[in-house]
Amino acid sequence: MTGHNLALPLLLSVSDVTRLIRNSLEDQFQDVWIEGEISNLRAPSSGHLYFTLKDSQSQLRGVLFRSGALRLRFALQEGLAVIARGRISVYEPRGEYQLIVDSLEPKGVGAFQLAFEQLKERLSQEGLFDEARKRRLPAFPRTVGVVTSLTGAAIRDIVAVLRRRCPIVNLLIAPVPVQGDGAGASIAEAIDALSAMPQVEVLIVGRGGGASEDLWAFNEEAVVRAIARSRVPVVSAVGHEIDVTLSDFAADHRAPTPSAAAEAVVPVLDEIMERLDELARRLSRIVDTMLQMQRHRFERSLNVLHEIRFRIQTEAQRLDELRDGLTRIFTEQLTTLHREMVERRHLLLAQGPQSRIQRSLVLIPQLCKRLEQEARRGLIGRRQSVALQMAALDALSPLAILQRGFSIVQTVSDGRVLRRASDVAVGASVQVRLAEGQLVCQVDKVMPSSIA
Amino acid sequence: MAAVKFEYAMARLETIVAELEKGDLPLDDSLKIFEEGIRLSKTCLKMLEDAERKVEILVQEKDGKKRIQAFSPGEDESENS
Repeated sequence: MTGHNLALPLLLSVSDVTRLIRNSLEDQFQDVWIEGEISNLRAPSSGHLYFTLKDSQSQLRGVLFRSGALRLRFALQEGLAVIARGRISVYEPRGEYQLIVDSLEPKGVGAFQLAFEQLKERLSQEGLFDEARKRRLPAFPRTVGVVTSLTGAAIRDIVAVLRRRCPIVNLLIAPVPVQGDGAGASIAEAIDALSAMPQVEVLIVGRGGGASEDLWAFNEEAVVRAIARSRVPVVSAVGHEIDVTLSDFAADHRAPTPSAAAEAVVPVLDEIMERLDELARRLSRIVDTMLQMQRHRFERSLNVLHEIRFRIQTEAQRLDELRDGLTRIFTEQLTTLHREMVERRHLLLAQGPQSRIQRSLVLIPQLCKRLEQEARRGLIGRRQSVALQMAALDALSPLAILQRGFSIVQTVSDGRVLRRASDVAVGASVQVRLAEGQLVCQVDKVMPSSIA
Repeated sequence: MAAVKFEYAMARLETIVAELEKGDLPLDDSLKIFEEGIRLSKTCLKMLEDAERKVEILVQEKDGKKRIQAFSPGEDESENS
C-alpha cells in the first residue's frame, strides 16, 4: 500500500489529488444505505434536489438528480427521516464529498403512505377538499357516468343496483384500468371525458376492493384534480369501507363501496312513482274538496240571494199597499177638503158684500120708489098745512099790528126787542120798525115810569 | 338536463300541493296552480315512462376519437371471467 502511494509523483495539483480522492471514495462507497434526517433542502429549477443528511453528530451533503427526483413517490421535506441509497462521490469544483442518491425512502412509514399524507396536505391547503366545494347529488339523474374497470366486480355491482333501484336510468361507462402504470392518467382522462358529456349528470368513480397498492391510482394527483374539476358531482367508491383514498376526499360524496355509490346516485324509482302518485292524488283531492266547498258557499250565497229577493218582493208589495193606502187617504182628505172648501166658499159668497150689494141693488129702487111716494104725499099735506099756517101766521104777524100803527123797537147793537125803557141807556141807537120802513133813532131820554 | 327539469317539476309539484293544502289561496289562483300541478304530474310521469334505459360504454377508437356504444354487462363479464 505505502509502496503504491510512494509511486505517486511527490508534487500533485489540487485537481489531481481531488480526482484521486474521488476515485478512492467512489471505489469504497459504491452502494451504501444511509439513514439520516433531511435538512438544508434546496430545489432549484433544474429539478435536482440538494440537501444535507444529518444525525446527532454529523452531516453529509447529498444530491438527488432530476431523473431520480421525478421517480420519488413523496416530496422531500425538512426534518424528514429517510433511508437514502447511493454512492459517495466528490464534487470536484468545491472539493466536497457528497452522497449521490439513487433512491430515497421515508423511514418508518412507507413511501406510499408518506406520499399520500403529503399530497393530501398540499391539496387540502389548496382547498380541494373543502366541505364548501361539495355539491349536492342530483335527486334523480337520468344518466349516470361510471369510471371503472369493465372487468371488476364494481361495475357488476353498480349495474345491478342501478337496475334494481331505478331501471330507467341510463348508464354511460368509461372503462379504465384501475391499477398499474398509467391507471391514474386513464382514470383522470375518463373523468374529464364523461364530465364533458352533457347528458351525464353524476359520476361514479371507483373500483372494488384490493390491496392498498392496488388502490393507489385513486390517490394520484391527476385523478384527485379531475374529480375536483368535474362539471357534475362525483361519487367516489374505492375498495371497501376501510379504504380511504384522496379521491374520496375530493369527491362530492364518498360511498364506502361501489354498490353504495349506485344507491347514492339514484333514487328508488318505485318510491318516486309512489310519491308522484300520492302528489297527484292529493292534488285532486284538495281541488275536489275546494270545489265542493266553493259550491256550498255558492249555494249558500244563492240562498241568501233568493231570500233577499223574496224580502224585496214582500217589501215591494207592502210598499204598494202603503202607497195605495196613502193615495186613498190623500184622495179622501182632498175630497173632503175640497167639499168643505166649496161649502165655505158658498158660505163666504153668501156672507160677502157681493150678495148684499145684490140685495141692495134690488132694495134701493124699491126704497126710492117708496121715498118718492112718501115724499109726494107729505108734500101735499105740508103744502095745505103751510097755507093754513100762513093764514094763521098772517093774522098773528106783528107786521099786521104794525099796519095798525104799532112799531117794534130793537137795539141796533143786538137786535133785542125792547119791552122796557130801561132796557136801553141814553145815547143808545135803536131801530124802529114801522109798517113800512124803519127808523134808527137815538135815545135822548129814558123814562122808566109808564104813562106820562 | 331532463333530470333538472324533472327535479324542478317534482319540487314545484310538492310546492303546489303544499300551497293548496294550506288553503288560503283565492279560488282562481288555486285552480290555476292546480292545473299546473296536474300538468306537472303528467310531465313527470311521461319523463319516467319515456326513459331509455340504456347502458353504454365510452370507447376510444384507434384514431383517438371517443365513441359511445351499447354495452351488455352480462356478455362482457362472461368474456372476461
